[in-house]
Amino acid sequence: MNNMYRVCFHAARQAAGLKASRLLQHRAFRASAMHRQQPFDSSLEKPQFPGASAEFVDQLEFIQPNVISGIPVYRVMDRQGNIINPSQDPELSKETVLNFYQKMTLLNTMDRILYESQRQGRISFYMTNYGEEGTHIGSAAALDPSDLVFGQYREAGVLMYRGFPLDLFMAQCYANADDLGKGRQMPVHYGSKDLNFVTISSPLATQIPQAVGSAYAIKRENANRAVICYFGEGAASEGDAHAGFNFSATLECPLIFFCRNNGYAISTPTNEQYRGDGIAARGPGYGMMSIRVDGNDVFAVYNATKEARRRAVAENQPFLIEAMTYRIGHHSTSDDSSAYRSVDEVNYWDKQDHPISRLRHYMTARNWWSEDDERSWRKQSRKMVMEVFERAERRLKPNPELLFTDVYQEMTPNLNKQRESLWRHVQQYKEHYPVDLYDK
Amino acid sequence: MMAAAARFLIRGANPKLSISGGGTLLKLSPSCSSRTKTQRRHAAHFTYHPDPVPTQYGPTTKMNLFQSVTSALDNTLASDPTAVIFGEDVAFGGVFRCTVGLRDKYGKDRVFNTPLCEQGIVGFGIGVAVAGATAIAEIQFADYIYPAFDQIVNEAAKYRYRSGNLFDCGNLTIRAPWGCVGHGSLYHSQSPEAFFAHCPGIKVVIPRGPVQAKGLLLSCIADQNPCIFFEPKILYRAAVEQVPVESYTIPLSQAEVLQEGSDITMVAWGTQIHVMREVANMAQEKLGVSCEVIDLQTILPWDVETICKSVVKTGRLLISHEAPITGGFAAEISSTVQEECFLNLEAPISRVCGYDTPFPHIFEPFYIPDKWKCFEAIKKMINY
Ligand SMILES: Cc1ncc(C[n+]2csc(CCOP(=O)(O)OP(=O)(O)O)c2C)c(N)n1
Ligand SMILES: [Mg+2]
Repeated sequence: MNNMYRVCFHAARQAAGLKASRLLQHRAFRASAMHRQQPFDSSLEKPQFPGASAEFVDQLEFIQPNVISGIPVYRVMDRQGNIINPSQDPELSKETVLNFYQKMTLLNTMDRILYESQRQGRISFYMTNYGEEGTHIGSAAALDPSDLVFGQYREAGVLMYRGFPLDLFMAQCYANADDLGKGRQMPVHYGSKDLNFVTISSPLATQIPQAVGSAYAIKRENANRAVICYFGEGAASEGDAHAGFNFSATLECPLIFFCRNNGYAISTPTNEQYRGDGIAARGPGYGMMSIRVDGNDVFAVYNATKEARRRAVAENQPFLIEAMTYRIGHHSTSDDSSAYRSVDEVNYWDKQDHPISRLRHYMTARNWWSEDDERSWRKQSRKMVMEVFERAERRLKPNPELLFTDVYQEMTPNLNKQRESLWRHVQQYKEHYPVDLYDK
Repeated sequence: MMAAAARFLIRGANPKLSISGGGTLLKLSPSCSSRTKTQRRHAAHFTYHPDPVPTQYGPTTKMNLFQSVTSALDNTLASDPTAVIFGEDVAFGGVFRCTVGLRDKYGKDRVFNTPLCEQGIVGFGIGVAVAGATAIAEIQFADYIYPAFDQIVNEAAKYRYRSGNLFDCGNLTIRAPWGCVGHGSLYHSQSPEAFFAHCPGIKVVIPRGPVQAKGLLLSCIADQNPCIFFEPKILYRAAVEQVPVESYTIPLSQAEVLQEGSDITMVAWGTQIHVMREVANMAQEKLGVSCEVIDLQTILPWDVETICKSVVKTGRLLISHEAPITGGFAAEISSTVQEECFLNLEAPISRVCGYDTPFPHIFEPFYIPDKWKCFEAIKKMINY
C-alpha cells in the first residue's frame, strides 16, 4: 500500500513535468485543463465527488503518515567541497565564486561586529545569520535583481548580495538619521525599495500570503519576474503559511517559497514544531512542486533556486524549497541557547559542516584562494565594517518629527495637532528630553 | 520578533556562550565610544514603587514579577490536576522565564511547547476549557495576539452566550507580556487592551506589580469566564516585592485606591501606575495639589463605582495609558465619568496617552506618556 502511494506520487511528479514543458513560455491566464473539475459521468464506476479523483477500494486501510517520507536532500558538494556529480556543477566562474565567498564572509564579519556591539550596549538588539550564509547567497544569486523579495528577518545576506551597502545596514541597526526606515523599527528590520526587498516585519509568517499576492500581480504584468518568500520552519506553523501555500497553488502564482529549516524556532526544536517529513513534504498536499536541499551547500541552493525560478516564471506555479541548515548563533541577543541545546551540537555545525568552510574547500582545491588571500580579506572586510560602524555610531538620530509621518500617506489634522503639542511640550521641558541626539 | 527576551531587559549580559560570535572582542576607537551613551537605553521612565508587604495571606518571599507569575502557575498546577500550561517556548521556561522549572516539576504533558501558531494556541485552549480542564495559554508577546483575535473575540467571548450556557470556556486564561520596554518598537511594545475591551464575554486584567500579579492571575484562573491577563514586561525583573508563597486571590473588577487625595483623580493600570505615583508626588511638592491615585486593574468589566466616587470627591480626572489615545480605554472611562459625574467636574477630563501612531523605536522617549506630560496636564486642569 505504502509503495503504491509512492508510485502514485512519482507518476504525478512526472505528469507535472510533462505538463510543464507543454506550458512553457505561456504567462497568460488560463484555467488549465489539469485543474478543472472532472465532468460528471454517472455511468462510470469511479468516484464522482467534486473534491477528489482516483479509484474506489474495498479494503479498509488508512494512509500512513509516512507516505511521503525521507525526502532526499539535494546537494552538489560534499562536506569537503568536492563536486559529487559533475553534471550538477553549476560551473560558475572564479569571479562569481569569489564573490559568493566574499559576501558570505562579509556577512559573517558584520554579524560578529554588530552582535558584539549589542553586547556592549551600543545597539538595542541583533540577530546573527551564522551558519545560514549559504542559503542566503545561493538563493539570492539565482534570482533576477528585479525579483521581489519578502523576507522573515534572518536573510541579511540576500540583501547584501543585492548590493545593500554596509552603511545602510548599520544605519538601520543604529536607527540613525540615514536609516531608510526612519528609525522606527528594531535592528535587522531592513528594507530597500531600490533592491526590491520588502521591509521586514516582526510578526511571523505575515509575509507569506503577501508574497503570493505580489506574485499574482506580477504575473498579470507579464514582466518575467518572480517573487521569493523566505521564512523559518517555525513560522511555517502559522495559519498564514497555510493560507499562502494554498493560495499560491490555486491561483497559480510565480513564486518560490524558501524555507530555512535551521532546526529551531527560538528554543523549540523541529520535533515539537511538526510531525511528518519537514516542510517540503507539505508541498504535494497543496499541489505544489517541492524540493529539499542542503542549505550549507551554496551550489545546491543556487541550482535549486535557479531552476525553481525559471519554472515558476515559465509555468506560473509556486515552488517550495526547504533548505536544511543550522542556526549556529543564539536566536537573538535576547536569547541564551545554552538553556536548550548542547554546545557539542552547536560545535558540530560550526566546525564540521559550515557553508563557508565548504565553499572555501572548493576554492582552495582549485587554487583560487590561498591562506594569504584569506588573511588579507579578513583584515580588509573587518576594516570596512568597522569604518562604517564608527560612522553610523557618530551619526545623529532621525528628526523626531518622523514619529508622526507615514502613519497615513497624508498628515491628518489629528496627528498634526498631536505633533504640535509634543513640540510645545518638548520646548517647555527641554532638559528632560534627549533632543541633542536627534536631527533638527 | 525576536522574541526572546530572556534577556530583553538586561542588556549586555551573557558573556558565557559566544558561539561563532566570539573571537576578537570589539575594540573601538575613542572617537567612536564618545557617543555610546546615545545608544544606551535612557533610564527607565518610571520609578518602581513596591506595594507594602501583604500580611493577610501567610508567609512571603522576595519575588520579581516573573517569579510571582511562576509562583501562581506553580500553585495552580499543584492544586488543580486538570491544569495545563502551553505556548511557544514555555517548556524551557518561556522567553521571559515565567514557566521556569514547571515542566520538570509537573511533567511535559502539563507544561509544553506548542507549534508556533497563536490561533492554534487559543483555539486549543478553548477546547481544553470546553472539555472541563483548566487551560493557561501563553502568547509570547501581546503584540502577537492578533492571529488569535478570531478565536478570542468570536469564540471564547461568545461560547457561553451562543450555546444558551450549555458550553463555556470559562476555564481559559490567556497570559501575554504587554507594554513598552524601552526599545521594543512596533511589535514588542503594544498595549492592546482596548481591542478586547470592545468584546463582551471576556475579562481583561493588568497588574501593577508582583503581589497584584499573583493574586489577580489566580483570580483569572479561578474565574469562570475566559480571561486575558496582560503582564507589564518592563516590570518582570524591575519590580520586586514580598509576595505570599501560598495561593491567594485579589478580586477582579475592583479598582484599588492606592493613594487618597482631594484635588484630582488619576486613573491608570500596569506600568503607568508607577508613573502616576511619581507624578502625584511631584504635584504635591511643586504645586501643592493632592492627587488620588487609582489602579483600575481590571479593564473589562471595569469598576465604574470606585472611579466615579473618587471623581465626585475631587472634581477632576486624569487618565493615562501607553496605547494610542484614539479609541483607547481612557476614552471609555472618560465618557462614562462625564455621564455619571457631569455636575461634579471642575475641569475637562484629561487623557495623557500614546499618540495615534504605531509604537516607534528610536522615538520612544518622545512617544510615551511620561511624567512630564502627566504633570503638565495636571497643571492645566488645576488652572482651568
Ligand atoms: C506572530 C508571531 N509570534 C511569535 C513571534 C516571536 N518569535 C520571533 S522569532 C520566533 C521563532 C521563529 O522561528 P523560525 O521561523 O524557525 O525562524 P528562525 O528564528 O529559526 O530563523 C518567534 C516565536 C513573532 N515574532 N511573531
Ligand atoms: Mg528556525
